[in-house]
Amino acid sequence: MKYEMIKKIVLPFLVFLLILQVWSSIAMSVHNFPTPSDTYVAAFGGVNANGEAMTGVLTDPFYVNNKDDKGIFWQIVESLKRVFAGFVLAILIGVPLGLFVGMSKNAQYALNPFIQIFKPVSPLAWLPLLLFIFQDINLTAISTIFITSIWPIIINTALGVKSVSEDYMNVAKVLRFSPMEKIVQIILPVSVPYIFTGMRLSLGIAWLVIVAAEMLTGGIGIGFWIWDEYNNLNYHNIIIGIIVVGLIGFMLDIIMGKIADYFDYTKKGRAK
Amino acid sequence: MSEKFLSLKNIEKRFPILGKEDYVAVTDVNLEIKQNEIISIIGHSGCGKSTLLNMISGLDAQTSGDILLENRHVKGPGPERAVVFQNHSLLPWLSVYQNIEMAVKKVMPELSSAELRERVEKFVSMVNLEHAKDKLPGEISGGMKQRVGIARALSIKPKVLLMDEPFGALDSLTRANLQEHLMRIQQNVKNTVIIITHDIDEAVLLSDRVIMMTNGPHATIGEILEVNLPRPRNRVELQSNPEYIRCREAILSFLYEKFAKDDE
Repeated sequence: MKYEMIKKIVLPFLVFLLILQVWSSIAMSVHNFPTPSDTYVAAFGGVNANGEAMTGVLTDPFYVNNKDDKGIFWQIVESLKRVFAGFVLAILIGVPLGLFVGMSKNAQYALNPFIQIFKPVSPLAWLPLLLFIFQDINLTAISTIFITSIWPIIINTALGVKSVSEDYMNVAKVLRFSPMEKIVQIILPVSVPYIFTGMRLSLGIAWLVIVAAEMLTGGIGIGFWIWDEYNNLNYHNIIIGIIVVGLIGFMLDIIMGKIADYFDYTKKGRAK
Repeated sequence: MSEKFLSLKNIEKRFPILGKEDYVAVTDVNLEIKQNEIISIIGHSGCGKSTLLNMISGLDAQTSGDILLENRHVKGPGPERAVVFQNHSLLPWLSVYQNIEMAVKKVMPELSSAELRERVEKFVSMVNLEHAKDKLPGEISGGMKQRVGIARALSIKPKVLLMDEPFGALDSLTRANLQEHLMRIQQNVKNTVIIITHDIDEAVLLSDRVIMMTNGPHATIGEILEVNLPRPRNRVELQSNPEYIRCREAILSFLYEKFAKDDE
């Protein structure tokens, strides 16, 4: 057991060293590519290889110079706000729609082709259309997230409804449950784990989409910030941005996983 | 006591097969069941005994014929014909208590919360599950689950209790234990019970009458056996009781001589 723990810490560390090695060799062969140490200084402050003193992006994340120049914390906050707005909208519309598709064969026949067609469309394809409709950065970003992250919620919710065993429905029939009682007392409890799987996938997509969407819409947000740093030739900040985006995405997934477990009755029974 | 409590008249069930003649699962079933009577329906697998039960419960509709409960036509499922399912069908996210509570709450919405609690507790203790009432179905044994299933079915005060091979999925010791539970409950609270089974001893032990079904297709009632054994019945003493032996032999002979079925 203890040996396993050591492996869990040592092995990723070895991979980390390997990544640094690869990164360093890229930095040596690509002109102006930031080295790991330059990036470290840019992130946490200090003096870089050229002898310039720098404030770290991550050590001073809260600064506000003006409307267009804010610390990385505020960029992330803006991105998260948009992600959650789009994500919540996708849940509010996706879950009922998924229930409908799962419960009605006709709804499934009617909607399934369109779900399958729209599902693989890249957010970048929606973006110009939505920008044209809304003429507003925020609404465009939110609606892009909504329209790309709603599909896994619909599909998984419908799958959850289909997984309701005939036996449970027979119980509901004998007790003469109304359609609403069937949904609340039987279908939803069975579907919740599936709905959360859909939401987890959906949140992952939303976080992927936001970077791309903000690069095109501009203004503020982590995606815009990364693009802006590219234009400012601050290449090390792009790498910091990538790592930050990855860490936040990872955290979001863990949080969603915990919430999903909480509502999953199959996990509760085992935990006791 | 009404003699005509539950009547099955000329029941037939056909299943349409595309491009072929209908498959006639059950046909020409006529049966009168008295109030507070316990009957077993026994037959080989595929004889349509579960189909018959599903038609009485209303979960499945007969193709033709009438089912009358207290002179009223049975249409669709309803709580006055409670079902104990073979696989217990407890809702796995609700505790033992909540599974029963859910049923009582729905069928008796007029109960105050105190009355509701009292009623649920009563049926929890009827099947001796006080110690497990807050457990989830996943945390208790198969026999206990089926006891909850029985408690849930009885808690809604059904006119008829329909049991679809209720102990079929259990090992023989647990099965015997549950049969004892059922007989003890029946001793205290009289119910009209229909049990689907393929276990000869179970049929004789539990029932007032055993309905023997012929093999399908075109399955129907072959013979009806009266079990004239006093209650309470003791399974050990019964083994040497001449009436018990007569009943067993009658069913054995029906199932293995008159309507023997080869395994296909």
